[in-house]
Amino acid sequence: MTSSLGMPSAPRQPGATRPDAVRLDAVRVSYPPRRRGGRALLAVEDVSLSAAPGELVALVGPSGCGKTTLLEVVCGLREPDGGTLEGAPAVLMAQRDLLLPWLDALDNAALPARLRHAPRVRARAQAHPLFAAFGLGGFERSRPYELSGGMRQRVAFLRTLLSGKPVLCLDEPFGALDALTRAEMRDWLASALAREPRTTLLVTHDVEEAAILADRIVVLSARPARVRATIEVPLPRPRSATDPATLAIRERALEALRA
Amino acid sequence: MIAALIVIALLGAWEAYARLGSVDDLVLPAPSEVGAALWDDRGLLADNLLVTAQEVGLGIVAALLAGAALALAIHLSPPLRRALYPLLVGSQAVPIVIVAPLLIVWLGFGIAPKLAIITLICFFPVVVTTLDALAAVDPEQRKLLRTLDATRLQELRWVELPAALPGALSGAKIAVAVAVIGAVFAEYAGSSEGLGNVILQAIPQLETARAYAAAALLAAFAVLLFTLLSLAERLLVPWAHRDPDWSTRR
Repeated sequence: MTSSLGMPSAPRQPGATRPDAVRLDAVRVSYPPRRRGGRALLAVEDVSLSAAPGELVALVGPSGCGKTTLLEVVCGLREPDGGTLEGAPAVLMAQRDLLLPWLDALDNAALPARLRHAPRVRARAQAHPLFAAFGLGGFERSRPYELSGGMRQRVAFLRTLLSGKPVLCLDEPFGALDALTRAEMRDWLASALAREPRTTLLVTHDVEEAAILADRIVVLSARPARVRATIEVPLPRPRSATDPATLAIRERALEALRA
Repeated sequence: MIAALIVIALLGAWEAYARLGSVDDLVLPAPSEVGAALWDDRGLLADNLLVTAQEVGLGIVAALLAGAALALAIHLSPPLRRALYPLLVGSQAVPIVIVAPLLIVWLGFGIAPKLAIITLICFFPVVVTTLDALAAVDPEQRKLLRTLDATRLQELRWVELPAALPGALSGAKIAVAVAVIGAVFAEYAGSSEGLGNVILQAIPQLETARAYAAAALLAAFAVLLFTLLSLAERLLVPWAHRDPDWSTRR
């Protein structure tokens, strides 16, 4: 699946210095009918978007609009019915942290290395330095059920990062958290990505989150998902939620959503 | 505390009924008589308890292994599920009272037929609870393993086996009580030792209190095994009872 994706072969756009890390062209996805004789459900229709290496593209749209399906396509977990996908291997981080309850926090973060057949000691040693750097120091041996929601999400993000894939697909990573933790995690993610730059597709229904984190915001329509607007966010970082420039971007995104 | 009071109250009622009622103590000995038999026959009872305990302990382990292996085979292969599941359910309908003597003829008077009988009646709850646990594996966890490029075997190792462990252990807990009954059946069918054998010998000798003492030991042993399995559960699968997320998904 993802392994069949080579590096991009799409013609570079004039003036572009680097090839896109991810490029979707007219992607269409439908779900087979639930019952025999029922109608197939069109989840994504004709979506084209791309992200350059190191870029963070936020996908916002009404809930149930097919954003998750789109990420699954990018990660090779679902075959599109039409259109093409090019780009580097991508890894999915779901809204639920999905930490394995039978492993401690460090083992959870080290899981990708274990799956690449690294011995436990080496896998843990690789993950360990990032624990302190990402505000998880001292929680290495905690079981997932002993951690708060925000902590669990940090471990899950670390695991995603340690998969070693160049493209991260984050599916509402803070959607299940309370508002305070959410704002805190948003800043945490911004600093984590500043430290470990990756090409990132971030699905969210929170336009403020998008305005603060993204280089570009892609606004999607209700199901079936179509690209409704693309908003560039040329603001310097770190950004503040109350900054007029951020607020203006937020307004534009909201307007595009309502249209 | 309350548990102890309840037990004392029950024993007291039994004692009163046996003494004041008109029940022959050859039919229902009072707890005090059973207690006396426990003490007087302690050597005999201890030797035979050891025999039965060994049968039951090994039988539970064999049932746990066989049950988990069968559950895994059924889980991994749909044709095996179709072929084996009806056979397993059918195996539980086989009247063990009829089969036990045949197994004795076939396997001799040693521990082998006892293990066979105990395993036969105990593996089934393990298979069912393990399969349930495997079926309840979070599909999102499978998706996670796929996005991390895990192979089918790795999915089994990292997600399915750990998820199935609590199921297998609950199955073993259910099996404990029937395992003791199975051991007594097996000893009735043909043996020269074990607590079932003690009961079998005591009744025609009119040593009813000894038979009751043996039965009390069997019950106490079942409780002990159950407690040990609960302890093993707490040590091996601490997440199964603490993670609220997890318990609602199961």
